[in-house]
Amino acid sequence: MTKKTAASYLQVAPLTLVLAMFFVVPIALVVVVSFFRYQMLVGIVRTFTLKNYIDLLSSPTTWALYLSTVKFTLIVLVLTFVIGFWIAYFLVFHVRNLVVAIGLFLLCTIPFWTSNIIRMISWRPILGKEGLINNALIHTGIIDQPLNWLLYSDFSVVVAYVHLFTMFMIVPIFNSMARIDKSLLEAAIDAGANRWGVVWNVVLPLCKTGIALGALFVVTLVMGDFFVVTVMSGGLSGSATSGIFNDLQILNYPRAAANAVLLLIIVLLIAAAIFRLVDVRKELVR
Amino acid sequence: MKKTGEILDKVISRRAVLKGGAVAAASTVIGAPTVWAQTIKDITLNHTGMSYSVLADIGRQAQKDLGFKIEMSVVDHPGLLNRMANDPNSIDICDMEIWQSKVLVPQDVLHGIEVSKIKAWGDLTPLYTEGTFAGKEVSREGDSPIKFIYREAKDTAGFAKSKTDFVNFVPSVFNADTLGIRPDLTGRPITSWADLISPDFKGKAAIQNVPTNGIMDAMMAFEAAGILKYADKGNPTQEELGATIGKLIELKKGGHFRALWSTFDESINLMASGEVVIQSMWSPAVTAVQTQGIKCTYQPLKEGYRGWGNGLGIVSHVDGIKLDAAYEYLNWYNSGWVGGFIAKQGYYSANPKTAKAALSDNERGFFYEGKPATADITSPTGQKTNSAGDVRDGGSFEERFSKVAVWNNLMDQAEYLYAKWNEFNAA
Repeated sequence: MTKKTAASYLQVAPLTLVLAMFFVVPIALVVVVSFFRYQMLVGIVRTFTLKNYIDLLSSPTTWALYLSTVKFTLIVLVLTFVIGFWIAYFLVFHVRNLVVAIGLFLLCTIPFWTSNIIRMISWRPILGKEGLINNALIHTGIIDQPLNWLLYSDFSVVVAYVHLFTMFMIVPIFNSMARIDKSLLEAAIDAGANRWGVVWNVVLPLCKTGIALGALFVVTLVMGDFFVVTVMSGGLSGSATSGIFNDLQILNYPRAAANAVLLLIIVLLIAAAIFRLVDVRKELVR
Repeated sequence: MKKTGEILDKVISRRAVLKGGAVAAASTVIGAPTVWAQTIKDITLNHTGMSYSVLADIGRQAQKDLGFKIEMSVVDHPGLLNRMANDPNSIDICDMEIWQSKVLVPQDVLHGIEVSKIKAWGDLTPLYTEGTFAGKEVSREGDSPIKFIYREAKDTAGFAKSKTDFVNFVPSVFNADTLGIRPDLTGRPITSWADLISPDFKGKAAIQNVPTNGIMDAMMAFEAAGILKYADKGNPTQEELGATIGKLIELKKGGHFRALWSTFDESINLMASGEVVIQSMWSPAVTAVQTQGIKCTYQPLKEGYRGWGNGLGIVSHVDGIKLDAAYEYLNWYNSGWVGGFIAKQGYYSANPKTAKAALSDNERGFFYEGKPATADITSPTGQKTNSAGDVRDGGSFEERFSKVAVWNNLMDQAEYLYAKWNEFNAA
């Protein structure tokens, strides 16, 4: 080994160690536990079994939970993309003053100064039966019975997700858009493209990296959530992770671990698909 | 003047403590009270349990009376089981619900507590110590306290069939649960558990999302409505559970439930905001709604109550002077202050004698004797909950506990229940 390679091994060693200790080892443990047997009231019994996986895969509940999670993920992905893209577009191309743009960008982060829980709960007085929207609609005579589907429904779950996660779409898209050379846009217009054509043929393709990264954030956040869905649906909807949470309540670590491994595989597959569409690494060094 | 008063209080309570702890102090500890007083100052006891019983005020008062530090930490039901299974050394006093002892005791993470060191043992409610109440045997459906309190010997981590000199936990607080209603919004009197699933309250009912408790409320309701029958609601079979969850899913799909609540504050919000008019509820949540000036009744029902109780266990790693402090704390817990405090949130202390003594005549009459209040009744934190003339829902202490139909429990089929409950959640 030359001196140079030894030095570079030494340089990557700390990161490798940290990753091994706090990432590889825990995940390996989860995988190991997922093959152990569960005994009621005792917890983990160290005998090898495939029962956890067979139980999960053969249970319609698992499929129902995953289906509902995927449904939420797709809806939220589309909404956060549409909203996030246009907010970023506005900030980058319509606000001419850089200071104002940065100011507005920071404005978007204000909700993040409070906790997740506060941001979720604050929807209740707005969406509730006796909430702001229902009261306004009833007093203006548009409806005479409060709309029940505003709160404790799939609708309120999506509202909360979009509110919580759009920022994760805005930031990476903003970042890619800000790096687009404005003269490209002028060139496109000079070449006869209309406004929409510029967005579709120039801006959108050049933001691919940002969109991919944003999508990755949103997908992992929604797929891994059980709290927002429980609070905002009033416990009426579940997610893949809420199945894990329920198993932990009776110390069923093996099945919870098996479920976590399944979830991990699915999220990794989605991530792989996203990276297949966009070579994020190449785009980032561009 | 106030200062001398405080000092005097401290001296008196210290003396009372020393008297009470004499057995403990003489047998294991150094003996000399001055040394004891100095070393005990450095002790910190961590008391961990659920939000409804682990109250910061209790820790503060204990610290004042006992002279050592009490740290109160709140977890939820699964949180306590998980902590005790994975990190028992982080807890000294384990404040568990009776059914949780079924999981924790066999794991051998708790001390066998010597009954002889619990000074007021004879005064504690026979509901726990004898399995009787007001001279009659209490319901054995579900996890009745008497089935889990005693252990054979100090070092055998299990449950004794009969009375012994060692216990797994010292009785603490308990209550009989029923449905909470908004009498101003239900539009008719509520008399039966069946009303929880009555079509009259479609879209306005809620049930708790704690599987072990939620299923009990559901079984009470379905049985009362004549829809399902159970051989023993305290220990249903797979078929019975399957049928119950099936009915629950039907109701859920039909839009009967406005929400399922998993935390105490959610149940308060649901009720206070009028989202829900009838739901499973815990007594302090009812009190909390009342303090907002909203009418809320903890409605007694003809089928009886769902009883529950907590116990304080000492975690195995506690030893030496810390163990003595733990015994001091357990003795203090049932010596009156806690009993008076938690009575005002609707709970009962395992030592009714000292608890009653800690209440005013008006409060005692209202909370324990089923008498109309002679003046305003306040919550533990001092807000008004009831006016003069009000009678407590459910009547006297005796009346309530003679009507416990079933106890909160962890049934034999709990694993099946959790799988089924997941289905209900996913439906």
